[in-house]
Amino acid sequence: MNRSELFNMAQVEQERQAKLRFRILSCASTPCLSAGSQDVFNALQTAVTEHGLNAEVDVVASGCNGLCSHGPVVRIQTGDAPDDIYEFVTPEIARQIVARYADENGADVSEHLIPADAPFFAKQQRIVLGNSGRIDQEDIEGYIARGGYTALAHVLREMAPEQVCDAINQSGLRGRGGAGYPTGLKWQLVRKAPSNKKYVVVNCDEGDPGAYMDRTILESDPHRLLEGMAIAGYAVGADQGYIFVRGGYPGAEKRLNQLERVIRMAEKHGLLGGRVMDSNFSFRIDIRLGAGAFVCGEETALMLSIMGKRAQPVPRPPYPAQRGLWGAPTLLNNVETFANIVPIILNGADWYANIGTEKSKGTKVFALAGKVVNGGLIEVPMGMTLREIIYDIGGGIRDGHEFKAAQTGGPSGGCIPAQHLDSPVDYESMKALGSIMGSGGLIVLDDTSCMVDVARFFMEFCVDESCGKCVPCRVGTMQMLRQLEKICNGSATMQDLEILEELCEMVRETSLCGLGQSAPNPVLSTLRHFRDEYEAHILERRCPAGVCKMDQVPVMELAEELPRRMRSASGQKEVA
Amino acid sequence: MSVITLTLNGEMISGLTGQTLLEVIREHGVELPTLCHLEGISERGGCRLCMVEVNGRMTAACVTKANEGMHVNTHTEKLQNYRRMILELLFAERNHVCAVCVMNGHCELQSVAAAQGMDSVRYDYLSPELPMDASHKRFVLDHNRCILCTRCLRVCDEVEGAHTWELKGRGIHSMVITDLNGPWGESPSCTSCGKCVQVCPTGALYDQGSTVAEMEKKHDFLPWILGGRGKKEWNW
Amino acid sequence: MMAKKKEANTKIRLATAWLGGCSGCHMSFLDLDEQLLDLFAAADLVYSPIADIKEFPPNVDVTLVEGAVANVDHLELAQQIRANSKIVVSFGDCAVTGNVTSLRNRLGVDDLLTAVYHEGPGNLPRGGEVDKVMPALLPKVLPLHQVIPVDATIPGCPPDPERIWTAVSALLAGKEATLPEKMRMFG
Repeated sequence: MNRSELFNMAQVEQERQAKLRFRILSCASTPCLSAGSQDVFNALQTAVTEHGLNAEVDVVASGCNGLCSHGPVVRIQTGDAPDDIYEFVTPEIARQIVARYADENGADVSEHLIPADAPFFAKQQRIVLGNSGRIDQEDIEGYIARGGYTALAHVLREMAPEQVCDAINQSGLRGRGGAGYPTGLKWQLVRKAPSNKKYVVVNCDEGDPGAYMDRTILESDPHRLLEGMAIAGYAVGADQGYIFVRGGYPGAEKRLNQLERVIRMAEKHGLLGGRVMDSNFSFRIDIRLGAGAFVCGEETALMLSIMGKRAQPVPRPPYPAQRGLWGAPTLLNNVETFANIVPIILNGADWYANIGTEKSKGTKVFALAGKVVNGGLIEVPMGMTLREIIYDIGGGIRDGHEFKAAQTGGPSGGCIPAQHLDSPVDYESMKALGSIMGSGGLIVLDDTSCMVDVARFFMEFCVDESCGKCVPCRVGTMQMLRQLEKICNGSATMQDLEILEELCEMVRETSLCGLGQSAPNPVLSTLRHFRDEYEAHILERRCPAGVCKMDQVPVMELAEELPRRMRSASGQKEVA
Repeated sequence: MSVITLTLNGEMISGLTGQTLLEVIREHGVELPTLCHLEGISERGGCRLCMVEVNGRMTAACVTKANEGMHVNTHTEKLQNYRRMILELLFAERNHVCAVCVMNGHCELQSVAAAQGMDSVRYDYLSPELPMDASHKRFVLDHNRCILCTRCLRVCDEVEGAHTWELKGRGIHSMVITDLNGPWGESPSCTSCGKCVQVCPTGALYDQGSTVAEMEKKHDFLPWILGGRGKKEWNW
Repeated sequence: MMAKKKEANTKIRLATAWLGGCSGCHMSFLDLDEQLLDLFAAADLVYSPIADIKEFPPNVDVTLVEGAVANVDHLELAQQIRANSKIVVSFGDCAVTGNVTSLRNRLGVDDLLTAVYHEGPGNLPRGGEVDKVMPALLPKVLPLHQVIPVDATIPGCPPDPERIWTAVSALLAGKEATLPEKMRMFG
């Protein structure tokens, strides 16, 4: 497919859609599926057939609309009018919706209609998720009708590879995987690395508890990712890309088969593969499935996994941009980073640089979870305050409870307490508060959450996910977990807290890779903002949130406690 | 190779490009403890005992190339403290009971701990229940004493060329295995050369029949084998 | 501090205690041989398993503690020792690391008692004399410093007399009991 054929296909599809009475987009992403959206989709199809509307109405299994806690979600597109979005749709409601749109006198379904000005949607700025919820991932025409692959066409015809790198650099885009390294700089490094073989790799080993940004982009708008990768390949001089997907997702196999079909479909249309769009640029993309290890998110471990080896990080330098896959310079970015490329190319670097804050440009996708009313996938401009995210978009705290902290950045991140609700969300501010931006996990905690227990939860995660290569991470995390468990069960002393704090510093400074270096963060940040809770556990043997059981005693008190327990275990009465 | 100049504990010293910091530091008579490092096999950077401060940032000396103008500190109070903590972590991880160990008196973990002044372990002894493998006719593997330095893996892969040893599991549950986790004695790839036993720093690998404090190991054979290969000394 | 006290009139009040260990450290202590004469010229032995004293006395200057903390009796004695001693020394590997005594840690207490007292040749019934007489076992055997603060350690299984003398003579002289590297090895 060449440039004019691409535009032609877009036009044909746009015209076809314009002739329809309306289009029904039923969310088929994982959260809605688990809420029963497959039945809803079937009901929608049946209802459309019953109304004899098959030729006039599209029923599409779409990607994610974001409001995951209110699923299944159904979106209706009618001509140029703003889309109507319905929440909590059941098969019965689905039939009523079809009836309503087929005939204005149909049943009243407004109870499930989300108002057009609902802050959950109005406050968001959906760039990365621009197509999400509006197309079927396997429908390449649908993507092309929304301007898909025109950025790649533009780059191949109008821009030299250096210009592409420069544009990304000017946009101010920073890596969305968490560390925030300037993307354009990385691209330039790989571009300048001397080698006739280079690779582009997408990190989709998303593993933070509660986070599903990358997965959703992959499922909802995969062509956007493929196009971004191809542009990157052109810019750095690579002819091979890999999408590294975390193994172990429920339903991962089905999703990967879909993704495989999407890639081959793009190849079939000449948008990937040999001589892309009849140019001299060739770019092949393949999927690599990890074995479900969190550490594969670390770039050196990820590359070893792609090469079929045990995923254990190796010290840097050399960085992947110098020596990556099979020794060749490798560009490694996160899914969301690549998903930002197309809009930057289409709208220009300056447009992008105007969004966000001075040092953090653009938007960020968050998986808003925890004790908020509206949980789901959101995209906001950098610099929005936590308060706006949690109270406006998130709709505040559930069940009238009080906000306590926001956990960002998953097991590498930290907790931000109420007094910092008005600080802007960008790379620098989050770091200053002792947390990190991370890849976009945002868990809201309320007054029923014990902060020591939260730290213990994340430490348990790090123990499970440590690769075991370096001692501080392998054993240090385990020992930190032991101390946290003691604090949570009431057997800790202030000396244990000292040991814990000392371990945090040591593990942070001496671990080999980012996983170990950041493993103490949840403890350090909760200690920084909620030290009183730790002290209540130890000094008063009391869990302020009432979460921890506190059924043990410090070892010094075992001399009295043990005989008492043995007596009660053997049925003897306690001696007063 | 060109000469580079760097500062080691306040003194100007010189090294060659391509050398690791560990090589340069040891050449200049400064003792740095190591456990996973062994001359003759590749570096791992896993034990973290050779951590040094380079321009104020911590890095493992064995996997860092010496560079012009580096300011290296090897024995700050913090580094010494961290080294003792790492040793404490190792002693707490598995069942290191020196008094009943075949390598008592010859063990690298034991002597590094003594040299670093690690006099006691503040952390919980994890006391895991770990198996032994005595199926090999000449050697024994005791996981209780393994510190996962992977010298055995590397020497088997890089020098003997058999790659009998591998790791299974991850994190605290990592364990060395032979082939696909079968008994060592039934390993079809093992050549029974014994290099793994000789390079093992602790009593995790030892000769059948050894009892407490009887096992001694030598790894000076490694540079000899490798040097011989390079210089083609073996024509007999 | 102690040197002053010595001048004042009394000798140093020395104690040794025996927790969960094999008494090998005490045997090695007796192997000080003629140095014992020097030792007792400077110190009085106010409590020890080799002297028949039932109660741990107050105002002890130096206490050498052999063995790990394995049961509630050890725990109580350890607390008494700490409360009544100026300097507490972990004496031998069991006190320092848990050593052989702690080999049982990978078993639970119940499994351990079952294996030793109920499945052995004697096959004692549960809830019998043994269960009543024996002090309650701690869930895990602990080195001494994980129970009470410890001021010095003498590693070794057992520590040989040279180590003991190096440490003890330093303490008698009012100095810190820091051992040279070759005397610091466990085992």
